[in-house]
Amino acid sequence: MPRISVTVDGIAYEEDVEPRLLLVHFLRERLGKTGTPVGCDTSNCGACTVSLDGKSVKSCSVLAVQADGSAITTIEGLAANGTLHPMQQAFHEEHALQCGYCTPGMVMAAVDLLRDNPDPSEEAIREGLEGNLCRCTGYCNIVRAVRKGAQDMAVKTP
Amino acid sequence: MSEVGKARRRKEDARLLTGRTQWTDNMQLPGMAYVAFLRSPMAHARITRVDVSATRGLPGVIAAFSGPDFADEQGSLPCAWPVSDDIVIPDHPPMAISEVRYVGEAVACVIATDRYKAADALDAIEVDYEPLPAVLDMNDALTEASPKVHEAGNQAFTWKFGQGDIDAALRDAPVTIDRTYVQQRLIPTAMEPRSVLASTDGESFTLWSATQIPHVLRVMLALTTGIPEHKLRVIAPDVGGGFGSKLQVTAEEVLCLLLTRRLGKPVKWTESRSEGNLTVHHGRDQIQHITLAAEADGRIRGLRVELLADMGAYLMLVTPGVPLLGAFMFNGIYKMDAYDFNCTGVFTTKMPTDAYRGAGRPEATYAIERIMDELAAELGLDPIEVRRRNWIKHEEFPYTTIATLTYDSGNYEAATDKALAMFGYDKLRAEQADRRDRGDPVQLGIGVSTYTEMCGLAPSRMLGSLNYGAGGWEHGSVRMLPTGKVEVVTGSSAHGQGHETAWSQIVADALGVPFEDISVLHGDTAISHKGMDTYGSRSLVVGGMAVLAACEKVKDKAAKIAAHVLECAPDDVEFAEGTFKVRGTEAGRTIQELALATFAAHDLPDGVEPRLDADATVDPGNFSYPHGTHLCAVEVDTETGMTKIRSYVAVDDVGRVVNPLIVDGQVHGGIAQGIAQALFEEAVYDADGNLLTTTMADYLLPSAADLPTFVTDRTETPATSNPLGVKGVGEAGTIASTPAVVNAVVDALRPHGIHDVQMPCTPERIWRALS
Repeated sequence: MPRISVTVDGIAYEEDVEPRLLLVHFLRERLGKTGTPVGCDTSNCGACTVSLDGKSVKSCSVLAVQADGSAITTIEGLAANGTLHPMQQAFHEEHALQCGYCTPGMVMAAVDLLRDNPDPSEEAIREGLEGNLCRCTGYCNIVRAVRKGAQDMAVKTP
Repeated sequence: MSEVGKARRRKEDARLLTGRTQWTDNMQLPGMAYVAFLRSPMAHARITRVDVSATRGLPGVIAAFSGPDFADEQGSLPCAWPVSDDIVIPDHPPMAISEVRYVGEAVACVIATDRYKAADALDAIEVDYEPLPAVLDMNDALTEASPKVHEAGNQAFTWKFGQGDIDAALRDAPVTIDRTYVQQRLIPTAMEPRSVLASTDGESFTLWSATQIPHVLRVMLALTTGIPEHKLRVIAPDVGGGFGSKLQVTAEEVLCLLLTRRLGKPVKWTESRSEGNLTVHHGRDQIQHITLAAEADGRIRGLRVELLADMGAYLMLVTPGVPLLGAFMFNGIYKMDAYDFNCTGVFTTKMPTDAYRGAGRPEATYAIERIMDELAAELGLDPIEVRRRNWIKHEEFPYTTIATLTYDSGNYEAATDKALAMFGYDKLRAEQADRRDRGDPVQLGIGVSTYTEMCGLAPSRMLGSLNYGAGGWEHGSVRMLPTGKVEVVTGSSAHGQGHETAWSQIVADALGVPFEDISVLHGDTAISHKGMDTYGSRSLVVGGMAVLAACEKVKDKAAKIAAHVLECAPDDVEFAEGTFKVRGTEAGRTIQELALATFAAHDLPDGVEPRLDADATVDPGNFSYPHGTHLCAVEVDTETGMTKIRSYVAVDDVGRVVNPLIVDGQVHGGIAQGIAQALFEEAVYDADGNLLTTTMADYLLPSAADLPTFVTDRTETPATSNPLGVKGVGEAGTIASTPAVVNAVVDALRPHGIHDVQMPCTPERIWRALS
């Protein structure tokens, strides 16, 4: 069984894994990082989105062995010192979640979207989040939240 | 300031935003094993042999079973709604024993040490099937020559209802319009897949499930498996959406319970999405034959509905009741002299249907709102005008409809006028005329839907008269703790609706305690000892009222204690903002202080029990009737068939609003799901009965890029049927939006001689209709 070294939310792990083990199952079942949920098996829904070396990936479409040597940030590692990330705070303020199942992936994807485009238009947000599905909100408040998150992050890092 | 009405940010969000949510699949218990099911690849077949023996000795495999291994204990999955005397309720074993009747039906299972090994071992199970003919088309299914799904035939039930002389209404009517509308089969697709974890200590059982109905599930599992109800605890932890799909007693829940009993260890099963598309109950799937008769001025004389409803292969929890919930809604908001409804439930070899957001009312609302547009077109009237000529006027409430419901309140004029102004109706009509004149390849269509619906399920007496197996009450407890904090227990089981926030607002006002001092508990039968759970937009209007009633009892008791402590007559005590005062003085005690006094219980009036808490169980006196006007503008490219929603305006009247943020969220999500039916989603079976739309790549949930921003507003006509004046809101958007969108699409295409497009109105369907 291959051995992999990964850093997840700031903690280093060394684990033996089956070559076929999906990253999301590695996170959830091996490391107990259940903040990242699974919503489908065809990489359509995006619920399992995490950051892998600074880029968002759908962790159901990555093998754990492919993450060897990488640093991963999940929704559990986004808040710093008990303070919500501006994007998490914006989702709260704008009521951009209901059941919350898509939320971890949606927030991670939104943060990644801003890395490419720190000031996205509504259209750019809608296109940028196309790979993350939500069944509850109709996306209106998610779009608002991402706009607000972008503004708040711009204020924080001028 | 009143908490009710404030846009409070939700209490639920903190855990959901940081990944500390307790989904069922997150849980791991010591020694826990994983279950995987082998499912039928045939739509209809006799099982001649199942052999699980080759799984023995495979890595990680603990056990494997087939249907016959549980024949004596698995019972039959329940149907709680035997709607008619002629109903046929076929035996529905959780794991098939001798015959399979839809693709995906469980045939065998493997229990292993991890989910990968369980899935691997399924390959070692051998099953011999003797194919039987699939039954897929409802009309064909009802013919003599059709193969049978069940021995008793393919008719599940018939159900009739009506009032007035429909024959007289139709005879010699100046205008008669006949239409057949198809409600395609939908897959509810809550984002959280189903998951079940069952555990036992040898005597008692605990079942965690991603369910909307922990209380109903506990009763039904006890009845189905024979495990005594008092030895069974059901927990719905955080649940990631339901939309009706988790209002079910499933094969997997029954079998996980039996497997933990058989193996003596905890077992967990979590579906994959493709497994879920096959086996989570589906929604809609009706063929509606509608006849509407009207006077030359557009006034409706009568409406006749002939409905075929696809039950799928079996009757599940409320499968046959879904079309009945629509039976009272085909008349919509309109007055008429006669109404006639006939429904036939039909068995096919497909996944059973059951409740999906709106359950019966979206189907009915679609039919009436579509045919109102046809009436307008026939008469050359504006679709708004034809509605105005028929709807119940605001001064006519309460109004008893032709379908025998009494709508307690409403103001259709106000909602419509507001929506028209926001939408810019006249300007869009002018643009439409211009585009038509120019022969613009991109045509503009305008669609309206003036809906109401019956929700807040439901008066128990009414459910009894419809043969439903349970009541429609709800329970609430309010417990003041010694430190003055408040624990609220609700029998309603939240899965995204925001109960913890909304109930806190209601209790904060009722008891005059801070919003932050209140916790709301739900979803565990050991904590919430009775309840009827969450569906049919019932949580606030029934469950919220039970909590409010419990608050009133707490306050009454506290008033007695306050009078005693303040040494005054009970009549001299007045309560405001959390404080009991002697009338006309400043002397007083807060209710939170009194909670401590009742904990010490050193000095209580005679006959008053220690502690400040109360239970209330409330049975609603009537349904709840939210209403509203939705307007949609679409651009349809007549060269490609592509539809783009240009603007969408919704004015809903959900009575008094407890939390406008939550209401807007419910409306947004509801509209999106209704649009999804209109334009995107359809569960498709091939000619052999294989589901083709098993993944999210094939079953098209709309993404953010597919939808516009919805412009929403409200009118506020308080309900008269409950003390807060609130109405249900969970399903309203879905009910309203589907016909608004399809009316817009058809409106765009009407100059091309098109008066219907079957849902979903895909580019291909529109392009074919045009060519």
